[in-house]
Amino acid sequence: MDILNNLFTNIYNAINAFLNGLLGGAGLRPDAASAIVAAIMGLIVGTVVLLFGVGVVLTLIWLERKVAARVQDRVGPNRVGPFGMLQPVADTIKMFIKEDIVPTNADGLVHLLAPVIALAPAVLAFVVVPFGQGMQPADLNIVVLWVVSVSSIGTVGLFMAGYGSNNKFALLGGMRAVAQAISYEIPQVLTIVPIILLAGSMSLVQIVQKQSTLWYVFVLPVGLIGFVVYYISALAEVNRTPFDQPEGESEIVAGHHTEYSGMKFGLFYLAEYFNFFIVCTIATTLFLGGWQGPFLPSWLWFLIKTYALILLGMWIRMTLPRFRVDQLMKFAWQVLVPISLINIVLTGILLMFFKVG
Amino acid sequence: MPIDYLPILVMVVVVVAFAAIALTLSSLTGPRHPTAAKLEPYESGMPPFGSARRRISIKYYLTAVLFILFDIEIIFFYPWAVLFRQLKLFGLVEMGVFVLILLIGYVYVWRKGGFNWD
Repeated sequence: MDILNNLFTNIYNAINAFLNGLLGGAGLRPDAASAIVAAIMGLIVGTVVLLFGVGVVLTLIWLERKVAARVQDRVGPNRVGPFGMLQPVADTIKMFIKEDIVPTNADGLVHLLAPVIALAPAVLAFVVVPFGQGMQPADLNIVVLWVVSVSSIGTVGLFMAGYGSNNKFALLGGMRAVAQAISYEIPQVLTIVPIILLAGSMSLVQIVQKQSTLWYVFVLPVGLIGFVVYYISALAEVNRTPFDQPEGESEIVAGHHTEYSGMKFGLFYLAEYFNFFIVCTIATTLFLGGWQGPFLPSWLWFLIKTYALILLGMWIRMTLPRFRVDQLMKFAWQVLVPISLINIVLTGILLMFFKVG
Repeated sequence: MPIDYLPILVMVVVVVAFAAIALTLSSLTGPRHPTAAKLEPYESGMPPFGSARRRISIKYYLTAVLFILFDIEIIFFYPWAVLFRQLKLFGLVEMGVFVLILLIGYVYVWRKGGFNWD
């Protein structure tokens, strides 16, 4: 069990030791050598995390289609590979051999950069998540702030796509995406505050360690309220049904990516599922104890919890119809914001006078 | 420690390289047969009229201004939350006053109809 638990940290340490030995023999100054080793390790870890993320997205696309099919009493993809599992790979190949169409009078540079800017923050938020015991690619002391700030940059990419396409549907989609993202940002950021209060730290690693005895979702009532508010606003933040007005196909065709085809569209698709996976990992880390759990390896626990949240999100998507835009905005400002504000005060009072958590 | 941010800096390079490779590769593998009709902005099959760069409804600006107000105030919660156990009762009362001021502005916006989306 220990071997499995420490599998990835051991591999990391082995490569690190190998590189150190290699450069130590080269006669460099010790600080220069360690900086080079750190850079190379960062490159390796970064590539691994990115590839892991892409793999996760491919499985998520398959899972989403299978779950949707089951909910709607269909079979779903079942031709390519066992249980249709290679369907996302086939889709990726298809995207590579599609023509890249840029509409006339579109802003070419903005049109080109938009998918990159939508994708990059998603991956950057990914790099600070503690996937298991001692398995965080980067540990800052302000990780929570980093995650919320970086994940909101992705919205700029969506707006650039809307503005750069020279398409009215796309512009409407971009505007809606921004309005929705900034409205739900407020409850999302507010509802993390009780967790920081309970943990007394902004480092995700420490937040997970503090939950070894009691997951924060079970610190009643504040943890549960916080979890529900966070999950709802996270779903809205990543534009998933029932919060998918920015790309509501029955109203504005495909919203911000109406004019995108080929791999540019593929990057948007990738970013969307990346974001969905990230909000689920963050929810797991903040509320469900992260990698804490008995018997199984820590990273397996983390994946189990994350996928449970993902399946919940898919279930919600298949069950609920889309909100109207005015309902959506009112829900954020008039329901979620006051609830999360009260939740903060409540947490403070509970901590001060009842010694919870 | 600035060195803590090194993995993130490396990650920026990795992800930009990934996107660049994906886009370059697809531009090499994909066909390229532009026609005038294909390059028209999509408007449900109708010939597009007018420019898409038009003026935007005022309610989006209002939302943006509200967001800036609230988001800046919210950031003050974070250092307070980290130091809560050291600040003790003083911190709680202080934040109560802060939330109260925030709530006055919030109620004002609500009464003025700032959250109405129509």
